[in-house]
Amino acid sequence: MSTQHETAYPLYTEVVNEFDKLTAAGRADKARQTAFERFRLLGFPSIKHEDWKYTNITRFLKDEYALVPTVREIPAGLVEKATIPNLDCYQLVLVNGIWDGQVRGGNLPGGISIRRVNEALRDPGTAALFENGKWGNQHFANLNAALFTDGLFITVDKGADAAKPLHILHLYTTDHNLLVQPRHLWVVGANAGLSVIESTVCTTTGEAKVWINGLTEIVAASDARIDHVAIQTATAGTRLVQHTTVRQKKQSLYNNYTFTLPGADLVRNDLQLRLEEDHTETHLYGLYLTAGNQLVDNHTLVDHQKPFCFSNELYKGVLLEQSTGVFNGKVYVHKDAQKTNAFQQNNNLVIGKRATIDSKPELEIYADDVKCSHGSTVGQFSEEALFYLRSRGIGEATAKALLINAFAFDVTEKLKIGAVETYINQLIRRHIPAEHA
Amino acid sequence: MLIIKNLHAEVEEKQILKGIDLTVRPGEVHAIMGPNGSGKSSLASVLAGKEGYHVTEGDVTFRGKDLLDMDPEIRAREGLFLAFQYPIEIPGVSNVNFLKTALAEIRAYRNQPALDAKEFLRMSREKQKLVEFDAQLVNRSLNEGFSGGEKKRNEIFQLAMLEPSLAILDETDSGLDIDALRIVAGGVNKLRSKDNAFIIITHYQRLLEYIIPDFVHVLYNGRIVKSGTKELALELEEKGYDWLREESREQEATITQ
Repeated sequence: MSTQHETAYPLYTEVVNEFDKLTAAGRADKARQTAFERFRLLGFPSIKHEDWKYTNITRFLKDEYALVPTVREIPAGLVEKATIPNLDCYQLVLVNGIWDGQVRGGNLPGGISIRRVNEALRDPGTAALFENGKWGNQHFANLNAALFTDGLFITVDKGADAAKPLHILHLYTTDHNLLVQPRHLWVVGANAGLSVIESTVCTTTGEAKVWINGLTEIVAASDARIDHVAIQTATAGTRLVQHTTVRQKKQSLYNNYTFTLPGADLVRNDLQLRLEEDHTETHLYGLYLTAGNQLVDNHTLVDHQKPFCFSNELYKGVLLEQSTGVFNGKVYVHKDAQKTNAFQQNNNLVIGKRATIDSKPELEIYADDVKCSHGSTVGQFSEEALFYLRSRGIGEATAKALLINAFAFDVTEKLKIGAVETYINQLIRRHIPAEHA
Repeated sequence: MLIIKNLHAEVEEKQILKGIDLTVRPGEVHAIMGPNGSGKSSLASVLAGKEGYHVTEGDVTFRGKDLLDMDPEIRAREGLFLAFQYPIEIPGVSNVNFLKTALAEIRAYRNQPALDAKEFLRMSREKQKLVEFDAQLVNRSLNEGFSGGEKKRNEIFQLAMLEPSLAILDETDSGLDIDALRIVAGGVNKLRSKDNAFIIITHYQRLLEYIIPDFVHVLYNGRIVKSGTKELALELEEKGYDWLREESREQEATITQ
């Protein structure tokens, strides 16, 4: 299936070599082998694949990437840069996907365990907790499952709840082109609670590029509650592909808030919700503020497998300069999933004269007693609102910043932690100088 | 303060102002009346600098400077204020933040020191009281879910906060019940001083019972066809606008002859 063109990328040769090395070292287990076979079959995606139709990554794949990082120390100033002011949390720092084993901000309460994935995999039984061989046509998830390096294995015991959120700092740093493949698994037990905030921050030397191919699995057992915030900043030269699969059991609640801000050249998020049991509740909130030549693609899937589940999705986009945004929201309601409530909304503010957005809601409904809705809008600044603000002495640039913040407000106000909301609003404001409009 | 000379303007290539002359001095209140479509609101929009209105002829001098040359925000910073006929709702922008931002930019323009949080709060409380504006509304999103009366009162509250030298009230009375009208008018009367001026645009004489104008002008078909004192407003209330229409038609006939 992989064409001559796709296998011709230097990165393709690099990953094949890496897998051969892994096999030779006897570290390519069955799961890795299956995933790699699948990846070899799929190759890297191109715009010929429906899921990548609007997201052309050829220009990023042309670069050469090494698979081994040379830097392992925390780069100066990066932790401070990613720290959220006034946030009471446990802070974990990962450098190029590897955790140093420290928890900052106090001792974790009982019932919560955090380990490195590599270490956890040595225990019999842990491997079975990972999804294996089920990554279907997900090019990058298969690649990760075959060649992942390390990550965080978090478990929350039945009934346990951390009083404070975990703030996970994903720091990436390199002086040469690098592909990093972290893999995480978080299992939240029955009636347990977990609040996670992830920040992705990069620093590269000179022209060095970093490609992050992340894979995160989250399991919410029955009655579990999970709040999951992802803040994607990062700098030019960063290519971020993140696949997240969440499996929800009976009556569990999962809230996701994804914020993508100017910086990375490419961001592709695949967020997939598997509602495997009845009476689950899911909220997906997204905000992408894009600038420069950025390409930011959010693909979400809400897979309603069982009856009486509720899902609500609101993604908003602000597109500056010549950036490109893609939103693809798929809702799949199985025949068994009667009494499903599934709502989806995607609103875009296209500001840059050369900015574009492709917004595609996709509903596939096979049950007959459901409530589903979707909506997609693409608009520009309201001239009326702009004039109103300017007529009060507010300069055009400030007025636009106020309106962008107001547009984003619907999403940021959903954040439950005040310090995070303030922080995000500041990030948004920082990225709206006059020349963007 | 404001000198309008032979002002002609068009919107979408349609002539709407056809030679307006008007001089407003500090301390004066001018009422501009006229039937619907006579150009009253267009005059307000042109003065405030709304996009889409093109001045084809004439000049406007505001405090010695060319008003037409300024962007809308510069006009505001120079001391011009327009109370909108239809104030718009901006969800997500809080009233307080909006006013703080406006005041900060106006003060910076005038080389005045920025207000600290305490001073702003004190000023805001004082002005709320002055115009009887509900403190709870101040913390809400700008005009979002406000009643018609609350929106108009918010305009007057903003006027009080920004302390312009010239305020234009565009049909501020429309859609107001008598109590709201009294509050709005009361606010304006308290803000009147020898140093500032008001232009009150209204269709009805009703508002002028509460805000007594020094001059009344009648705008018809893009021109001021009659000017007088407050008695003119009463005359219009009695006779309606029809007699003006005829008078104007006669005038036009004379001009064309």
